[in-house]
Amino acid sequence: MTEPLANWTLFRLLACLAIVIVPHFQSLPVWASVLVSVMLVWRGLVAIFHWRMPSVWVRGTLAIAAFIALFLSYGRMNSQEAGAGLLVVMVAFKLTEMVKVRDCSLVLMLSYFILITHFLASQEIVTAVYVFGSVILVTALLLEISHPQGPLSARITLRHASVLVAQAVPLMLLMFVLFPRIPGPLWGIPHEESRGRTGLSNSMEPGSISKLGLSDEVALRVTFLDERPKPSQRYWRGPSFWTFDGKGWHPGNETQQASATRIAPEGMAIRQEIMLEPHKHNWLIALDLPVEGPPGSTHDNAHQLISDKPVLERKLYQVTSYTDYRYQPELSPDLRARALQLPGFGNKRLRELAQQWRQSEPTDRDIVNAALRMFNSEDFFYTLEPPLLSNTSGMDDFLFNTRRGFCEHYASAFTLLMRAAGIPARVVTGYQGGEYNEAGNYFIVRQSDAHAWSEVWLQGDGWVRIDPTAAVAPERIESGLAAALSEGEASTVPGSSNIYLIYQLEAYWDWTNAVWNRSILAYGPELQQRFLERFGIRDWYQMTLVLTISVVGFLAILGGILLWQARKQIADDPVVREWGRFCSILARHKLPRLPHEGPRDFAQRATRARPDLAPEITRISGLYVKLRYSDTDFDIENLRRLKHAVRRFKP
Amino acid sequence: MPTTPRQYLRRRIREYIFRRLKRVPGPVTIRRQRIYIVPSRFGYLFGLMVFLMLLGSMNYSNSMGFALTFLLTGLGLVAMHHTHRNLLNLSVRSGRHAPVFAGQNAEFQLVLDNPAATHRYAVAVSFAEAADDATLLDVPAHGSALSRLSIHAPARGLLSSPAFRVHTEYPMGLFHAWTWIELDMQCVVYPRPADNRQQPPPAPGGDSGKPDRIGGKEDFIGLRSYQRGDASRLIHWKTLPRTGQLMVKQFADPIQHELWLDWDSLPGLETETRLSQLCRWVLDAHRAGKSYGLVLPGLRLDPASSEQHRHSCLEALALFNLPKQTA
Repeated sequence: MTEPLANWTLFRLLACLAIVIVPHFQSLPVWASVLVSVMLVWRGLVAIFHWRMPSVWVRGTLAIAAFIALFLSYGRMNSQEAGAGLLVVMVAFKLTEMVKVRDCSLVLMLSYFILITHFLASQEIVTAVYVFGSVILVTALLLEISHPQGPLSARITLRHASVLVAQAVPLMLLMFVLFPRIPGPLWGIPHEESRGRTGLSNSMEPGSISKLGLSDEVALRVTFLDERPKPSQRYWRGPSFWTFDGKGWHPGNETQQASATRIAPEGMAIRQEIMLEPHKHNWLIALDLPVEGPPGSTHDNAHQLISDKPVLERKLYQVTSYTDYRYQPELSPDLRARALQLPGFGNKRLRELAQQWRQSEPTDRDIVNAALRMFNSEDFFYTLEPPLLSNTSGMDDFLFNTRRGFCEHYASAFTLLMRAAGIPARVVTGYQGGEYNEAGNYFIVRQSDAHAWSEVWLQGDGWVRIDPTAAVAPERIESGLAAALSEGEASTVPGSSNIYLIYQLEAYWDWTNAVWNRSILAYGPELQQRFLERFGIRDWYQMTLVLTISVVGFLAILGGILLWQARKQIADDPVVREWGRFCSILARHKLPRLPHEGPRDFAQRATRARPDLAPEITRISGLYVKLRYSDTDFDIENLRRLKHAVRRFKP
Repeated sequence: MPTTPRQYLRRRIREYIFRRLKRVPGPVTIRRQRIYIVPSRFGYLFGLMVFLMLLGSMNYSNSMGFALTFLLTGLGLVAMHHTHRNLLNLSVRSGRHAPVFAGQNAEFQLVLDNPAATHRYAVAVSFAEAADDATLLDVPAHGSALSRLSIHAPARGLLSSPAFRVHTEYPMGLFHAWTWIELDMQCVVYPRPADNRQQPPPAPGGDSGKPDRIGGKEDFIGLRSYQRGDASRLIHWKTLPRTGQLMVKQFADPIQHELWLDWDSLPGLETETRLSQLCRWVLDAHRAGKSYGLVLPGLRLDPASSEQHRHSCLEALALFNLPKQTA
């Protein structure tokens, strides 16, 4: 282990290290990525040109400078990303003092550690393949340095490493399934700096939803356990907003406990299983209107499902929804007041228009229809890129001047019109639509399906969903965003691939991902318990017992196979076998062949020692040399002669 | 000397192993029951790392983190079996052990035979408990490898090889597997040759008259410094200006006189000193290509001048009056 490092081993190590580190370049500060790359290249050049390694002082100063710079870049050191950055820079500095084979083993061990930090950023299939492939590379290098008397060829080390890893995979699976999982963080700093994900936010301003229109990120995947609803019913309820501040919408004061909401479901219950992508907020998306949520969830004032914890990991849950319902036929004065809130300024023309309708239309429902009629018949346009609106009276600007907007403009304007006309109303955001995946029989709802609509409270009916966008662009509701936009804009919308094959492949890939997310990544305490109960394994004690027995059993089988591989075996080559037989006969007569002796030397020595056997020894060794080393074709007759001679050789 | 519990434990384990160890002529096949295996220092470090990974995966509820942690755990366990297998069924036999002089390092040759169809990588053989410098060898499938064990030979006689270790850390360096073997190997240790070259050559044991070194006339064999009484015609004048020293030409007779190296020609000296001196004479005589005989109390080797004869003489000196401790 104290041998100096062979150049080729070093180059392979540097290449392997580069592969291990590269994915961190996304999150490392740029200067650190450059530094690490330079150091990798520099260490290779040192080996090629026999440069001198820097002194302890230079190394120490540089290392301290780098750590200070890291601290300044991240602001603190106890976050995941800073930790990973520290690890990477540490390994890079380890290179500057790596001269012996022994130093490599530490670098390789740190490489394993760097590999696990990739999973903090992403646990997608691609990442897993990359990381587990890298494990084989790191292991191959570990084999190489465990054989310091001369580098093994990369072919051998890679093959051995693959064999080792392949044999470790069953153990990994056993432990993955059976190792008792405990819920929750141990020391609790996990997710405070989750990467910024696009998604619905807890306020709505013009532009906040249209910016999602171009994002093909998946928001949720839904499997309907019963019948699936019609496209026009596929509204996925997200956060609702009560308070308008003159520009945007906000949730408003949620301090008072949600009053016992009365829902009178009508029609069929629709049960769904939803895999929600993390979004850092507490809300749970579900088909409108979610009535029964998963354990640990409650409803807020707008009947939005709220989880007790922010959704920081993918979350799998079941919800029962009804598309036909009568919701809150009696409105409390408090909620009515909140649903009629308007700022005392701005949007003067909007108020006038509402007042005008109040005068002309006999009922609330007629006012709703008047508004929808206006959006439908007048020249309103549905676009992803609406013009900027005035700051003070944005909705006036939209309704009477620009008339180009995305769903949030229509929902916002409509809700304000209703409130101005004295009808309780609120804005609901969420998703609308979804793409069916045949491969896995589920719907994918993407961020580009984000939507906003209104709910108005009508006497006798309770809260009723009104989607003003449907009045402007009915295709949006029936066929999705791309269909509703002009052709130029539609081509920018993701998920609208025209080529069928690609579309199919995408569907299968998404399905694979969905299975990956649902059964592997989500495998935690609850899923483990549910899964193992099927096999009658109920508690930690039984898990540990079964785990121990199965791991020991597997290792016993493996040990048996290895034992069998190392058994005494006569070589397969019949020529070698006969020669071995001959040598062992002589060895029994105190004439063992020495390891350095070739057949000729051995025969010469043997004939000198036993002149009485000289003719036979010469004949057998001659035949062996001819069969083994001669250039002419293999002669079966000679082999027969050799066999015969060895059999009759009885000193 | 105070011992730590660790050292104490090591000693006790070693004592236990050595009690079970038998000195055998070989070859010895390394059996399953005799292979000991413990994690190496790197192995403990690896274990610590895997444990930290497990804690991290628990803290972040990271499924792939768990998967990698468990893969590495499995890798460690699998590697343990491979390390064990790397020694299994290797056969060790003794090779040639060339004689050495006392004070030199004796070298025992060992042959490792691999009777199996699996290649064995990075196997080492060493005497010392912690031999970092042990040379590693590969033993190919159905092949053999030659290993050399070196040990200091302090005194003449027969040096028996102590027990040695065959060990390996391949493939991952996480585990250290070893076995102890004690082969009945002996190496002849000749006496240390005396270095006082001035000592006159031994008195003739027979009737051949004067030592033949000066008596020779035909073949020039070299120069030596002038001694009182040397004939002036033998002085080599050419070297005088260069060296400032009188040198005398030496001639050897092609017809060898018989030279007898006799124990009794060195009276009044200790046994070992006498043997050393005789050893020196044997070496000198052999180098000079002379025919010489050796006389020891109770032993007489007739004059000859072959490599074999040299060995016989030196061996006789090595084994002279040895207590029969190695029966």
